[in-house]
Amino acid sequence: MNARLIGWITGIALLLALPPLMQAMGQLYYIDLVRRIMILAIAAVSLNLILGYGGLVSFGHAAYLGIGGYAVGILAFYGITSGWAHLAVAIGASALVALAIGAVCIRTSGIYFIMITLAFTQMLYYLAVSVAEYGGDDGLRLKIHSRFPLIDLADPVTSYYVVLVVMLLCVYLVYRIINSRFGMALRAAKSNEARARALGFSPYPYRLTAFVIAGAMCGLAGVLYANHTAYIAPGFMSWLQSGELMFMVILGGMASTAGPVLGTFALLLVEEVLKGWTEHWQVILGPLLVLSVIFFRRGLAGIFYKPDA
Amino acid sequence: MTLGLVFEQLLNGLQYGVMLFLMAAGLTLVFGIMNLVNLAHGSLFMMGAYFAIAAAQWTGNYAAGVVLGLAGALVLGMLVEVTALRPLYERDHLDQVLATFGLILFFNELVAIIWGRAALYAALPSWLRGSIPLFTGSRYPYYRVVVLAVGLIVALWLWYMVTRTRLGMLVRAGASNRAMVAALGVNIRLLYTVVFGVGAALAGLAGLMAGPVFVVQPGMGELILIQVFVVIVIGGIGSVRGALVGAVIVGVIDTMGRAFLKPMLATMLSASAAEKAGPALASMLIYLLMAAVLTFRPQGLFGSRG
Amino acid sequence: MLDVRGLTKSFGALRASDGIDFDVREGETHAVIGPNGAGKTTFISQLAGNLLPDAGRIIFAGEDITELSAPKRARKGLARSFQITSIYPEFSALHNVALAVQARSGHSFRFWRPAHSEKELISPARRILEDVGLAERAQVRAANLSHGEQRQLEVAMALGTQPRLLLLDEPMAGMGAEESQRMIAFLGSLKQRHSIILVEHDMDAVFRLADRISVLVYGRLIATGTPERIKMNEEVRRAYLGEDA
Repeated sequence: MNARLIGWITGIALLLALPPLMQAMGQLYYIDLVRRIMILAIAAVSLNLILGYGGLVSFGHAAYLGIGGYAVGILAFYGITSGWAHLAVAIGASALVALAIGAVCIRTSGIYFIMITLAFTQMLYYLAVSVAEYGGDDGLRLKIHSRFPLIDLADPVTSYYVVLVVMLLCVYLVYRIINSRFGMALRAAKSNEARARALGFSPYPYRLTAFVIAGAMCGLAGVLYANHTAYIAPGFMSWLQSGELMFMVILGGMASTAGPVLGTFALLLVEEVLKGWTEHWQVILGPLLVLSVIFFRRGLAGIFYKPDA
Repeated sequence: MTLGLVFEQLLNGLQYGVMLFLMAAGLTLVFGIMNLVNLAHGSLFMMGAYFAIAAAQWTGNYAAGVVLGLAGALVLGMLVEVTALRPLYERDHLDQVLATFGLILFFNELVAIIWGRAALYAALPSWLRGSIPLFTGSRYPYYRVVVLAVGLIVALWLWYMVTRTRLGMLVRAGASNRAMVAALGVNIRLLYTVVFGVGAALAGLAGLMAGPVFVVQPGMGELILIQVFVVIVIGGIGSVRGALVGAVIVGVIDTMGRAFLKPMLATMLSASAAEKAGPALASMLIYLLMAAVLTFRPQGLFGSRG
Repeated sequence: MLDVRGLTKSFGALRASDGIDFDVREGETHAVIGPNGAGKTTFISQLAGNLLPDAGRIIFAGEDITELSAPKRARKGLARSFQITSIYPEFSALHNVALAVQARSGHSFRFWRPAHSEKELISPARRILEDVGLAERAQVRAANLSHGEQRQLEVAMALGTQPRLLLLDEPMAGMGAEESQRMIAFLGSLKQRHSIILVEHDMDAVFRLADRISVLVYGRLIATGTPERIKMNEEVRRAYLGEDA
């Protein structure tokens, strides 16, 4: 276990040291880049709860990034700038939508579940596009950031550290959840559903609850994302974004605490590098992803240590 | 809302439904028989459209474009199956989703590289232009009638193939027991490649027929693909009959909803409320329908459990 | 304890269960034997709640459970072990049993405390492992246990849910002679505390453990009685015992 702890401490130290380092080097762009990566890592951590530990292949998780983002955007549109209000609405709305969608989807399994989660997210996407008042296809600009006492989210370095703290909190929260009774029940249902049912666990309530928690956490990421980009568009919840989130979870190694964070960094850094080479970077990324699925089953976390017991 | 308008939209809905069916049939067969979820099916749709346009420009002949476009989709499909999809048959659905997702990124960007990101327009030859009179007095584009007819013919052909021919029997047997069919000496690999190729050709056909009616640009496949998913979920995975019924339902409801929901709402609510809610609700209709079907019949209308 | 009346299940033209009447008295060990294909698995599946019968009723401790789902039956005290080992290979033996204990102890909507730090889950689990004879292997990952030990773990997990009735589906499947003897001794010790339905091919075990034996042939229960009566039953001998090793 010590290797893991050392890994975490090293990682956190690097992330803490980044802004002053980049400021000294005059490379402020990387502060923005890593902030963005960490925000999406939060989304990936939330997806890992239901995908890696719960076995629910949700292809519509980006929906909650959108809901969280639009909560901020729409409230700001009407002049409500309190950060607490933004958080409350974003998390509340995400949880409610997750409850509604999950209640229908979790009764299905396998390929149906994948298709249906995708379809519902697409529905929300079209809803966002068709409501022209809030920008429709072009999206909504955020004139003011969410207001919190003492914290100025408009300042790049402050918001970077806020995101870092939130990310670490979310990682820790998921860690506690998956080792708790709830987490064990969820993991048992994924690992061997027949056995879990024979013991007396009904998977549905646990899965639905996990789905709601994951949605709410991703809504939180949406709030941070909207503040980061100062802009919300339906593209937040495109299915391409959902697919990207899934890759972040898989690449890092499912059912591990560090996995989604590692996976997000890996994927987005690779994208950054490719974007620097060519505007047609997706033509390279696509096959890379295909190959990674075919050959690279255990993910990055699997290289560093054995899976959680 | 005249009778003529309603009937016209109904025809549009059927025509859209037919295209959804062509896509859905291929996808549901591939899933039912090979247990493979293929997100890149939309890419085959897109390539069909692009191949047809390119071939028509190259040969100067629309019909040649159609034939070459179809052939191109078929060949591309089989190529993709042999190279990228074979390792995926034994993997779980998650891996298949991710890998085919990677293929989508690849194809969309490839198309952008070769043909650019701007929308292309597929020209119709003179013998497909024009309109025919309907019994309601208005006129309806001749091309759309042709699309409808082609779709029905293909549906009949598929039905015949699957239920009456030896190949169809193999396909159905392979769906229920792969190992057994292989043990009987049938070349399963070849069977799979053929089935996938047929599915790809159907998607390509839908694509090239869609060209003149919809917008041809990178990413066009994914927009229709998600609706195809809705069709399959409603109809039941693995069932071609379900795909037909589902496609007609989705096509008609989506088209009619977009055309008539706003005016209908306007009679009940205020004009401005209808203006806001109408388009939003119309775009959500088929998904709500899907949710309703799933609540009462999680396996779809014609699907079987397990 | 358990009362089964007229249990019937068909798969197309095949009658897997043909009007079975079966009962288990409190504290009794009632074995079910029969040649392969007799419908034993179908029978067990209907008792456990994995298959819904076409007709008939299942009454458990006075309550009609015919329509109840498998998890609900387990929570009422009907535990099963699987014929094909169905444990959690990635967890240790101790944590496998702890899961079973957890399933029984109310709801699992606790999100913060690590489950494995809970004494009320770990202590009973440890005790059960001691009973079964796996105490030294408690920390070993279940995947690394020997086949015989995994079969023991199967039974241990069923015990973890504090069952009133144990449904043991071929607990000795794939075991060697010495392991089988140990398992028989262990099951013997269970007899005092639990009602048991034992489905087995191992005739040695069946005749040593069973208070009553029922014989299932082609979906029909052709005989029920004490081991001595069954041994002497003509029909049973013809159908089954003659061919057994």
